[in-house]
Amino acid sequence: MDTNNKTLKYALYTGCTARESTPELLKSTMAIAKKLGIELVLLDEASCCGASHLQDFDDNLSLVLNARNICYAEKLELPLVTICNTCQLNTAMAKDRLDNDSDLKDKINEQLKEVGLEYKGTSEVKHFLYALQDDFGYDKIKELVTNPISDINVASFYGCHNIRPSHLQNKSNGGENSYKPTSLDNLVEALGGNPVEYESKNKCCGFHVELQNPTTANKLSGTAMLDAIDNDADVMVTPCPLCHLRMDVQQHNISKEIGRKVNIPVLHLPQMIGIALGIDPKELGLDHNITQTGLDLEVPK
Amino acid sequence: MSDAKKIKVKVFRFNKATDYLPHYDTFEMNVTKDELVLDVMNRIKWEHDGSFSYRRSCRHGICGSCAVKVNGKPTLACKDNVLELTKLFGDELVIEPQDIKRAYKDMVIDKENFWNKYNEVQPYLVADIDEFPEQENLVTCEDANKLDEADYCIQCGNCFYACPAVEVNEDYLGPAALVKAWRFNSDVRDEATNERLETLQEPGKGIWDCVKCNECAEACPKEINPIDKITKLHQQSFKNNMHLKNVATRHAVGFKWSIEKHGILDEGELVRYSEGNLGVMKHIPEAIAMYKRGKIVMPWEMPKSKNLDEIKKLVDIASTAKY
Repeated sequence: MDTNNKTLKYALYTGCTARESTPELLKSTMAIAKKLGIELVLLDEASCCGASHLQDFDDNLSLVLNARNICYAEKLELPLVTICNTCQLNTAMAKDRLDNDSDLKDKINEQLKEVGLEYKGTSEVKHFLYALQDDFGYDKIKELVTNPISDINVASFYGCHNIRPSHLQNKSNGGENSYKPTSLDNLVEALGGNPVEYESKNKCCGFHVELQNPTTANKLSGTAMLDAIDNDADVMVTPCPLCHLRMDVQQHNISKEIGRKVNIPVLHLPQMIGIALGIDPKELGLDHNITQTGLDLEVPK
Repeated sequence: MSDAKKIKVKVFRFNKATDYLPHYDTFEMNVTKDELVLDVMNRIKWEHDGSFSYRRSCRHGICGSCAVKVNGKPTLACKDNVLELTKLFGDELVIEPQDIKRAYKDMVIDKENFWNKYNEVQPYLVADIDEFPEQENLVTCEDANKLDEADYCIQCGNCFYACPAVEVNEDYLGPAALVKAWRFNSDVRDEATNERLETLQEPGKGIWDCVKCNECAEACPKEINPIDKITKLHQQSFKNNMHLKNVATRHAVGFKWSIEKHGILDEGELVRYSEGNLGVMKHIPEAIAMYKRGKIVMPWEMPKSKNLDEIKKLVDIASTAKY
């Protein structure tokens, strides 16, 4: 590998969607990690994080399960990386509460003891995006670009749970200004693309009320996507598979709700990087995306 | 002054009585390190244009009158430092009312929707209290802590006007009213907890329409973390058995149900569990589209977490809620 650092190694918490409805996310993550020489150890023991819904029903259960997931990264003595914003928020929120409340930690550990585990608080929890930005470095990614995504206007869609609440995100996860995030836009630039300036980049896609209030969800996704389209975006990119499930899969329903055709390809963060690194589209799972890009960027040079 | 910095301030101007469209006025001014957004607004009014209008009162972050947006960020004008804001946004600051669509005059907006939502949750203590008690109605520190700072709310409206669910759904109560509901639902003296919970269950309006974006947590100048109070109201609804059996509550419970079976989520089954056998039908078109692209895992191929026995055991011993 081209980097001067010793090999970066992380425990990868894939979350559920990357194993089911967004297989392209896991494929492309593994493909770019291989290309960049980053070692990712799959946490196959991990359970669902509860996706911000389980805690509405049972806070204790949600905490125990998230603590258990982190335990497996701690066993490997590795930082835990996530590839889903909601996994990131839930895991980091559990960690933050346990690390700052010894009584709570003891209570959770009493339960984990029943299965021979102990939460210590030794593993960092961060999204892969920030591992790439802060640990690997965009400069090094830029050096490895063989297929710059030039002439393509890319609208970065950050996703709520990677940037808010900042009091939590500042501790371990990028800590960017949630009103003016830059990590994705800077990455787009490093890959040779044109970052699109638009107001909705840090807004909500509405995923978490998709079932009980599809109208709200479709209006929110639609507003953001039209904002990107109206600012000449050719493609959107997101680090969150839940945003992706809304914006890639639901375009038909969104268009119906908004009364305007919403049609724009949406890439996962590692798919976009993979394209610029010249990785075979098949390896990036681009054929899984519902809205195909129809752009030259799918063809590696 | 040597430590002054020259900045550009663009302010939103609109007078509903006379103007067809709003416009922005730009002022160049030197700002020193101690100046707050309110100081800048005062200087605009006192030194440049006396007609510039905004609400202000206490100047100490407790009356909630002077809330405005700076470059889209909800701020309390008397709390947020101007030079700190230029660190975030550069040397051009844009000051706008909390909700442009509701502007009466410049920063002054019509907050009727905010107060109406507020009034829906019985925002007061409901208790049978002796008119001539012999001693105070004592609340222990432990009980007072249950409010979890929900009583710090100054009703500035920042969370409400930052909430995207409020923006697209005029029925949604929004974070401020829900914080207030928690403020009294967590009060040991209150006797209307379940009445409030009943109001909060209503689909389209209550706690189940929060989109979980955390904008409210970000917007609150008193660091109340409204979304955390909304979560507590969700939990209290189950605890007091006040939840409706509908798609929203089944969805929350469905996670436990699915985790117990597979460790990771069975996404397809979760949708069926939440929607019911009939309701799930409406998702068939997108399911077919997803299937064609290899995005659906068939039940017999459903992956399971390693050490699933461990997860099952933890679900067994760590469960604290009932449906």
